Amino acid sequence: MNDMRITNRTIEMNDIKIAAKGVDVFYGDTHAIKDVSVEIQDKTVTAFIGPSGCGKSTFLRCLNRMNDTIDVARVTGDIRIDGEDIYDAKVDPVQLRAKVGMVFQKPNPFPKSIFENVAYGPKIHGLARTNDELEEIVMKSLNRAGLIDEVKDRLLAPATGLSGGQQQRLCIARAIAINPDVLLMDEPCSALDPIATARIEDLMWELKENFTIVIVTHSMQQASRVSQQTGFFHMGVLAEVGTTEQIFQNPVDTRTRDYITGRFG
Amino acid sequence: MTDIIAEPEGGDRRKGSLLAQDTRTQKRNAAERRFQIYGMVAVSIAVLALVFLLTSIVSNGIGSFSQTFISLDVVLAEDKLDKTGSRDRTEMAKVSTFGYAPLIKAAIEDRIAAEGIEIDGLTKPDALISKEAAAQLRNFVLANTDRVGDTVEFKFLASGRIDGYYKGRVTMASAALDRNISPEQLMLADALKDAGALERTFNWDFITAPDASENRPEAAGLGVAILGSLYMMVVVLFLALPIGVAASIYLEEFAPKNFLTDVIEVNISNLAAVPSIVFGILGLAIFINFAGLPQSAPIVGGLVLTLMTLPTIIIATRASLKSVPPSIREAALGVGASKMQTVFHHVLPLAAPGILTGTIIGLSQALGETAPLLLIGMVAFVREYPGAPPEGFFDPASALPVQIYNWTTRSDPAFVERASGAIIVLLIFLLIMNIVAIILRRRFERRW
Amino acid sequence: MPLIWLIAIIFALAVLGFVMGRGRAVASAGGDTRGLHSLPSYYGWNVALTVMTPAFGLLALWLLIQPMWIESRVSAQLPENAISETSTRELVMSDVRRVAEGLEAINAPFGGAHPVVNDAYLADLREQIGSVGVALGSDITVGVYDAARSFRTLSGWGGTAMSVVAFLTALGGFSVSYMVTNKDFRARNTVERGILLVLVAAASIAILTTLGLVLSMLFEARNFFAAHPWQDFFFGTKWAPDFRGNSELAILPLLWGTLYISVIALLVAVPVGLFAAIFLSEYASSRVRSLTKPAIEVLAGIPTIVYGLFALITVGPMLRDYFALPLGFGQSSSSVITAGLVMGIMLIPFVSSLSDDIINAVPQSMRDGSYALGATQSETIRQVVVPAALPGIVGAVLLAASRAIGETMIVVLGAGAAAAQFDRGLGELVNPFQAMTTITVKIVSQLTGDTDFSSPETLVAFALGLSLFTITLGLNVLALWIVRRYREQYE
Repeated sequence: MNDMRITNRTIEMNDIKIAAKGVDVFYGDTHAIKDVSVEIQDKTVTAFIGPSGCGKSTFLRCLNRMNDTIDVARVTGDIRIDGEDIYDAKVDPVQLRAKVGMVFQKPNPFPKSIFENVAYGPKIHGLARTNDELEEIVMKSLNRAGLIDEVKDRLLAPATGLSGGQQQRLCIARAIAINPDVLLMDEPCSALDPIATARIEDLMWELKENFTIVIVTHSMQQASRVSQQTGFFHMGVLAEVGTTEQIFQNPVDTRTRDYITGRFG
Repeated sequence: MTDIIAEPEGGDRRKGSLLAQDTRTQKRNAAERRFQIYGMVAVSIAVLALVFLLTSIVSNGIGSFSQTFISLDVVLAEDKLDKTGSRDRTEMAKVSTFGYAPLIKAAIEDRIAAEGIEIDGLTKPDALISKEAAAQLRNFVLANTDRVGDTVEFKFLASGRIDGYYKGRVTMASAALDRNISPEQLMLADALKDAGALERTFNWDFITAPDASENRPEAAGLGVAILGSLYMMVVVLFLALPIGVAASIYLEEFAPKNFLTDVIEVNISNLAAVPSIVFGILGLAIFINFAGLPQSAPIVGGLVLTLMTLPTIIIATRASLKSVPPSIREAALGVGASKMQTVFHHVLPLAAPGILTGTIIGLSQALGETAPLLLIGMVAFVREYPGAPPEGFFDPASALPVQIYNWTTRSDPAFVERASGAIIVLLIFLLIMNIVAIILRRRFERRW
Repeated sequence: MPLIWLIAIIFALAVLGFVMGRGRAVASAGGDTRGLHSLPSYYGWNVALTVMTPAFGLLALWLLIQPMWIESRVSAQLPENAISETSTRELVMSDVRRVAEGLEAINAPFGGAHPVVNDAYLADLREQIGSVGVALGSDITVGVYDAARSFRTLSGWGGTAMSVVAFLTALGGFSVSYMVTNKDFRARNTVERGILLVLVAAASIAILTTLGLVLSMLFEARNFFAAHPWQDFFFGTKWAPDFRGNSELAILPLLWGTLYISVIALLVAVPVGLFAAIFLSEYASSRVRSLTKPAIEVLAGIPTIVYGLFALITVGPMLRDYFALPLGFGQSSSSVITAGLVMGIMLIPFVSSLSDDIINAVPQSMRDGSYALGATQSETIRQVVVPAALPGIVGAVLLAASRAIGETMIVVLGAGAAAAQFDRGLGELVNPFQAMTTITVKIVSQLTGDTDFSSPETLVAFALGLSLFTITLGLNVLALWIVRRYREQYE
């Protein structure tokens, strides 16, 4: 597996999936994100790293308009997915989020059964016409999330009974059940132990074949392990973005270099 | 595992443009709007209910604050009031109110003649004047025995029907069917009004006078009820506040976690939800039948309301003790204060605004409480003001909400107006208390 | 008032104790307060509290026990023939008390030359007593007179003994605590222990209240069940009290009215309250919220008597004129629907504020999870938030139900006084425009006005009260348990 990772690290010239230009985010009077521009290619893993409070999660939440749920948040600038401005007045965030899925820092399964958790998305989006189809989608998603062997005997048990790592993979299964194009992951392993983390990292490698993945992480090792492109956020500014190899081996920006060599953060 | 990844994607109708809503999204958004409208309807129902309630009460009750009065010059005839001519009070007191009625009758007949009012079929012109007038006259004469023989101008209450006529409750048509008033008498009232003898003015007596009997609603006032409520609130304040605060301090700061404390805690939250009428049964059985305290007394009402208010005060006090950060306690303990000193010198003063707010809210609940007071006899007809405290706490009295209930049970529709008016007074008291609570909260609000 | 004086004397002794105790402590340290174990005022407090606490405790106990003791002594002394056939011992005892009160009021001599007690003397006595404002319902008999005299003597003796004993106790407390006061005495610890005891006593009042509630109803309910078979009360189907006896007193017709009205109230309050809470917490702009939320809270602060009057003079006649009469459902303005509707309005703020708390307790992360899957806000609320909050909402509804069942004034004024009649057929039983009465209404009507605590028609109120208490307590315990478990789940 390790060999494959290294060969895969060179970026193939895929289409540009996400293009952000001059994005600013304000929380009330606080200027949380300043003039961020970045391009993300289809079917790659892009990692955003940086010290806590640097704005990396905020930027991630712009990509599926989760910031809309916060009253005081205001986003300006231009973010395009497949060339379409997602902040256009005509865009329904509901439709956007079906296309851009998200996995959160803390596993947040609904207080329902395992099956119901995964079936929730397909149900609200009407992806299944029959119960059989729904079941097929659920099983397929659990399979892709690598959870099927552990839960196939207790699909109707409450999801809250799963372990933290299982819950997080369930959340991933839930996100991919609606078959999004993009998968946003906000520090998905920060609440997990190393073994569970490794499983999720493996999963990301597999999912990258079908999804464009954007991950925010506070762990530089994780970023270097899973991503092809890395961006470094510092105090609301995207200080540097480039291939993962370049960022970790030969950072241009002094702040990036200080962070990576452990002077701060 | 690679075979799973390589699984082909099914055709997906959602991969269209984001800029156009697909039909399913449109449907879902319509459902969203419907849901929002349900919420708006619910809020509107609640707000409209409030508006409707208040308008109904105010429009029914505002009239009770003004009253129709008739001014008459009464000749205090010596041959009727003081046959012995001795001006001896005890001797004159033997003339009952019935003895004064002819004077009033004569006075109104004189006035009719003086104004030259002529109405066919007019009988009993004195029916315009409240039966309370004779008592008013008698009290005046007994207080000023030297005025006997003079002609004195009096402002008498008009009878309830006449008052109702000017408030729209009584009409010519209804008067024709009414044993207590005739259309001719209403015409007389109109004539007197034109002559300036009859006017409608603000009625302080509604707030200060005691209750009046069934057939003279125009004289009924809230004086005894307000005083009774005030006495009860004093009892509640002086019992519930110290006991509530002491209990909260124990439970929040000192109580060990054991079975007994758990029992007390569950008990308090349950007591807060026990129906108020059950507290009335307790008051009747324990305070009156067992301990032998008098019926209708503010002290019993106060005790019952204290027990009812305690849970509210305890819950509020504990919440506000809890909101004092532990760092304050640690700081005090750190300089060598005892636990008791820490609580009384540092925690309690910081929690005081919250405690006060909770107490006022508890008091305002107690002020409006009716059901338990009915059972301890506060519904009795009381015309005497209770004495000054502390003996006054044991005198019979009424209470505002009970007085309201009492009036609703009477047949004369004029009492409906009185009851609504009394509610306005009650609501004003509650409003004042709540405003005080809000001001206290604003003023002393702390940020840690 | 000698009692007031006694209390004042004990207080004065306590103040004196404070000053002297403090002084003695300071003196024992040679005027240097740094040499004391505790702050000087603690020594003062120690003496003051030792004076007051035992004396007042004794006073309270004495006041509680003395009337019971005298009552039983005098009652035992009362000869059988003093009780006429139409009367009971309790009624005669109340006469005895009033005569004793009258004797006190006219200040009759205690002992000395005993006047000849004959009918003329007693008639004269009755007049004398009446003239000072103690009216008696019947003539005084010799038995009653004798009993009243010993009642008065015993009370007088009891009062004197109480004053003496209480004063001596206070004095004893004073001297003991004064003697132990010196600079090494741990005054603060002693005082704090005392204060802690006071705090514990205050906290146990909650338990005493519950005990009082249960016992007061239990005793009288026991008397009721002695006079009236319990099977008839719980399983009978007719409520027809008759003060000449032979009443039919069954709880079922009242329970039916209570539950019917409560269900209507909940049908109004739960959807409106829940949707209002959802709208205000999830949708409303801050401006709308700042206007409507206080308005809904005002509804919660309005006393129930106001709702009762609203039902009586506005809602009831309106429902009768616009619905009941045109539709031919009846002509009563007091009705199940009137009371239910108004009670529903009263419960709206209760349901909405409880639901508001509960909905806000659902973690934001769960909402985020749903939004991130592309759910709309209403889908998130209906399919994630409400199911997650369901136990809490059920708890809130149960609490509201318990309120509705125990509510009194609205039903007294809005529902009517006629009990449901099971023998008139189902149509009449379920007609919401029919006047119907509830448990609470009957408690009020049986216990107000002329009450005779030996007749089952009065005593039934206690059995009703006990049933009401049991039902609401059950609902409350269940609801609080559910809510508590729900909160723990998200903490």
